Amino acid sequence: MKPSSIKRAGPFQLAILAFAIAIALAQKVFADEADRVVSIGGSVTEIVFALGQQDRLIARDATSQFPPIASDLPDIGYMRALSPEGVLSVDPDLILAEEGSGPPEVIDVLEAAGIEFISVPDGYDGPAITAKIEAVAAALGVEARGAELIAEVEAQLQQATRAVADDRPPRVLFILSLQGGRVMASGTDTAAAGIIALAGGVNAVTEFDGYMPMSDEAVAAAAPDIILMMDRGGNHAAADADLFSHPALSITPAGAAQRVVRIDGLLLLGFGPRTPEAVRQLSSAIGTAQG
Amino acid sequence: MASLDDAELEKLGPLAGDREARARRVAVFLGALLIIVSVASLATGASGTSLWRVLGAVLSGEEIATRDRVILFDIRLPRLTLAILVGAALAVSGAVMQGLFRNPLADPGLVGVGAGAGLGAIGAIVLGGLLPVAFQEAAGYFLVPLAAFFGGWSTVILLYAISTQRGRTSVAVMLLGGIAIAALAGAISGILIYMANDQQLRDLTFWGLGSLAGATWIKVATAAPLIVLALLAAPFLARSLNGLALGEAAAAHLGIPIQRMKTVSILTVAGATGAAVAVSGGIGFVGIVVPHLLRLAIGPDHRMLLPNAALLGAALLILADMIARTIVAPAELPIGIVTAVLGGPFFLWLLLRNRSLLDL
Repeated sequence: MKPSSIKRAGPFQLAILAFAIAIALAQKVFADEADRVVSIGGSVTEIVFALGQQDRLIARDATSQFPPIASDLPDIGYMRALSPEGVLSVDPDLILAEEGSGPPEVIDVLEAAGIEFISVPDGYDGPAITAKIEAVAAALGVEARGAELIAEVEAQLQQATRAVADDRPPRVLFILSLQGGRVMASGTDTAAAGIIALAGGVNAVTEFDGYMPMSDEAVAAAAPDIILMMDRGGNHAAADADLFSHPALSITPAGAAQRVVRIDGLLLLGFGPRTPEAVRQLSSAIGTAQG
Repeated sequence: MASLDDAELEKLGPLAGDREARARRVAVFLGALLIIVSVASLATGASGTSLWRVLGAVLSGEEIATRDRVILFDIRLPRLTLAILVGAALAVSGAVMQGLFRNPLADPGLVGVGAGAGLGAIGAIVLGGLLPVAFQEAAGYFLVPLAAFFGGWSTVILLYAISTQRGRTSVAVMLLGGIAIAALAGAISGILIYMANDQQLRDLTFWGLGSLAGATWIKVATAAPLIVLALLAAPFLARSLNGLALGEAAAAHLGIPIQRMKTVSILTVAGATGAAVAVSGGIGFVGIVVPHLLRLAIGPDHRMLLPNAALLGAALLILADMIARTIVAPAELPIGIVTAVLGGPFFLWLLLRNRSLLDL
């Protein structure tokens, strides 16, 4: 909006005029010093914070909940159900979005509105984290800081996996939910499978892709040494009692030894700068199981 | 309506007297309401873009900022147009179905449109990735709407074929067949849901709740011809639907071409609802609440009911969409939630208040 366009507006809009002038002035003041970045996707937001660029964020999506301070930013909704005018209403000049954000027609409209839109690639291994950080750093124009962060994360990642001996990698079963005693487990090609591999374990289930409900007998046959779950807070003792009284789980090595690892969901499955920490927690548990 | 004698008219109380004049007044009121909510819808949104400022700029030939132009002409205006089309299509289809089935609970879902469209959409979301890449690219984000439309449409045609024997369509067979086909479609959808990954499950859930968020001019242009055609055809059904209220045999003796009427009704509903559901997902309650509300106000004469239903349906959906896109701004609610939250309690209140009146 230019001040000149305001002068020629009709005389019956005095109130709106005053408001518009105020906005115009405010925009002029801030335009030079701060970018207006919207971050979509939990790991993208984490990377922006890790790069020290959080002051440039003006909004985030519903999946961006770490660091906790990110929740103070306006929420533009779930990353795959964005609202075009909602996103435009925070007046961004750059949108950083994890791959798969959408719907695509909304992205088209945002691009038509002249807003730079950067899609950040997603993936479930070490190089994928590097690629994410590279993309975000390049978009924010802080490549040097990005390279530092990449070096940092890669070094941490190597260190984190050191605890595991290679001779007999334990089998890890990731249970997404145990609702009503039904095991919903991770197969291949998921973030959970990725983190298990990084931590030096073997995914106990390779018969299917994605997360699927499993029959009790298949769970028993998978014979996991360790059970991995998301930490949803609450009473772990009670949850463990439930878990290990499950008939199929109780007869697995993990059930017999009562080995369960609980890690915060976003930390465990986010594949961002905190992934080395998740790998460290999981691999130390795996190391214990081996020893 | 001609079928009611004076004693019955007396009993109806508030609906007695010259209903046609009343219906015309209601139509004028609804027309005005539609214009008011349309303007309000263009003027409100999550962003600060002002309709008046942009209009002023257009009139004075000034340049409009890209952002304002996109928000008004590529976001709000196509969305408003789509809300009008979808709202009118759902409400009129509901009224036609209730007349055709002589059942106050009938809605387009009864002839399998919803189940078929849902199956099509779910199939496209889950299996779309298996299609040849060239086809995927050509279809773009029309893949889901197209699949939903053909899913809905083909279900209706199948059902129509099942229930038509020796040139006569049995409404009862259609009703029961619809239940069976919906169950089958539900089962196949279940298999697809089982195969879906997390992301697809999220997409499925949001599709089922309905939204006008992806409204673009291309979507409007694709859905408009079918919906407009159906809305234009509907008034020609009004007299036959009125006659049908007496029962099929009586209507036939009145000289109403029953079979042709059924065919046209079903094609109209399938076209309008199929197109509406394809572009907006599952939006519930409009097809039931709007016709009933109007029957309470102006009586069951379809000649007045159908056009008024189009007006009220459009106005209601615009209003629901305004709420959906501003109440949790900058995020937005699926519109199906809003129509159900508005429609459910209101409908119950109407039922409780007018228990004696509510009869088709």
